[in-house]
Amino acid sequence: MNGPIKLRVERLQARFGDHHVLRDVTLEVPASSVMAVIGPSGCGKSTFLRCLNRMHELVPGASSEGGVYLDGEDLYRRGVDPVLLRRRVGMVFQRPNPFPTMSIRDNVAAGLKLNGFRGRLDDVVERCLRQAALWDEVKDRLRAPATSLSGGQQQRLCIARALAVEPEVLLMDEPASALDPVATAKIEELMHELKERYTIVIVTHNMQQAARVSDRTAFFYMGELVEAGATEKIFTNPTEQRTEDYVTGKFG
Amino acid sequence: MKALVLRRAVNVAVTVACGAMVVFAVAPLGSLLWLVVSKGVAGLSLSFFTALPTPVGEPGGGVGNAILGTAMLVGLACLVGLPLGIGAGVFLAERGDGPFGRAVRFTAEVFSGVPSIVIGIVAYGIVVVAMRRFSMIAGALALALLMVPTLARSTEELVRLVPGTLREASLALGVPAWKTSLRVVLRTAAGGILTAVLLAIARAAGETAPLLFTSLNNQYWNVRPDQPTASLTVQIFNYAISPYEDWHQKAWSAALVLLLLVGSLNLLARLALRRSAAGGRA
Repeated sequence: MNGPIKLRVERLQARFGDHHVLRDVTLEVPASSVMAVIGPSGCGKSTFLRCLNRMHELVPGASSEGGVYLDGEDLYRRGVDPVLLRRRVGMVFQRPNPFPTMSIRDNVAAGLKLNGFRGRLDDVVERCLRQAALWDEVKDRLRAPATSLSGGQQQRLCIARALAVEPEVLLMDEPASALDPVATAKIEELMHELKERYTIVIVTHNMQQAARVSDRTAFFYMGELVEAGATEKIFTNPTEQRTEDYVTGKFG
Repeated sequence: MKALVLRRAVNVAVTVACGAMVVFAVAPLGSLLWLVVSKGVAGLSLSFFTALPTPVGEPGGGVGNAILGTAMLVGLACLVGLPLGIGAGVFLAERGDGPFGRAVRFTAEVFSGVPSIVIGIVAYGIVVVAMRRFSMIAGALALALLMVPTLARSTEELVRLVPGTLREASLALGVPAWKTSLRVVLRTAAGGILTAVLLAIARAAGETAPLLFTSLNNQYWNVRPDQPTASLTVQIFNYAISPYEDWHQKAWSAALVLLLLVGSLNLLARLALRRSAAGGRA
């Protein structure tokens, strides 16, 4: 809210073939804050998130128009390499997806290794696992396969993996929806710490979660951004009737 | 109650039927294996693995040069066939949805139905005629051509089984698409692809027809790729069609040696994979 604008989205349209899934979305995300994106299933939340690191265009038939600006730089301008962009805008997915053939350590180091990083990986691995609040649980078995971890640990491993390439923005697509309440609490706690250093955009189905973790909230409905503002305001005194109906549980 | 009795009866009937099918399918294989082992074991000795063949009637002698020849032929074939086959398979799975990909897939399917002797003729026409000489390289090329289509198709199927979420995870880390295909997707499918490779090697090692007029045969040791080379299968063929009793015995023993070689290669590769992916997916 107070920091400089990190991400600015201007008149963003997204389509899958003829299906128009995002209409005219304009939105700003301040640096070092958490923005929650809420709305019923199929409202375009995930598509919106995937437009921010240009993962949307990887789906066959998908297209988008409009602008996404990171620190004022248009990400859709000609000459922007989406591969390099994705190192600045990291992503954590709905289901934990560690690389099953790699150890815990190699999963964290994967982004660096695959991008040809030559240096001391051990320091990076430790730093990222500490940041993801996983270090104490795995420090004695870094060589164990990533699949030997529990679901919640795997998701924190995926967060550590995303942090290792030192992104500026972290996109989280319902990161806790496949986890139990204890693991969810850990992820939420983690987000409070991470927002000191990163700008976070999180898609969530869980409105309590949005209220707990975010500074600002954006409500999407049927592909449109209905309302965005300070989380407190969205949940207690929204401007739009549709927002109020949704956050009070009248539909969705 | 009546429905339950009926369901149990059907269950028993189907289980018995499935079991009978298994016995029916495995019995000929088992008897074949037993035949090769029982007839072949008599001629086995250490020198059978190391010595050169002897003329008719002369005792002793072995298939050492044929073992080396088969190993080199298959090794050379792998050198050409594995990168081509696996590469084509990854291409088909990751980028093969266009007209070019469909054409490649169709060609591979047709190609895998071509009789191996025809492949041998192709290698004869391309290499033997041009070099004016039978050679190991011609035989290896024929075997490689045999491996590529089936390997490409099975690699494609295995790569398609890798969940899209892993691909996304890698791309979201800023890893280029080609590196994602090779270092993440292919690596995840490696266990299955190893099985496909082993099957391809076993098939290639057991081929006779494409070698008959490519690598021909050789009574002596040979490591030069431009020379005719002995192979276990052609040696078995020659021994088996001969009218001599002791050569028949050698054919059985050589067949057993081939089975042992392919079998132990299989076991070794599986052990290696299990060790490298300890605890991970098999």
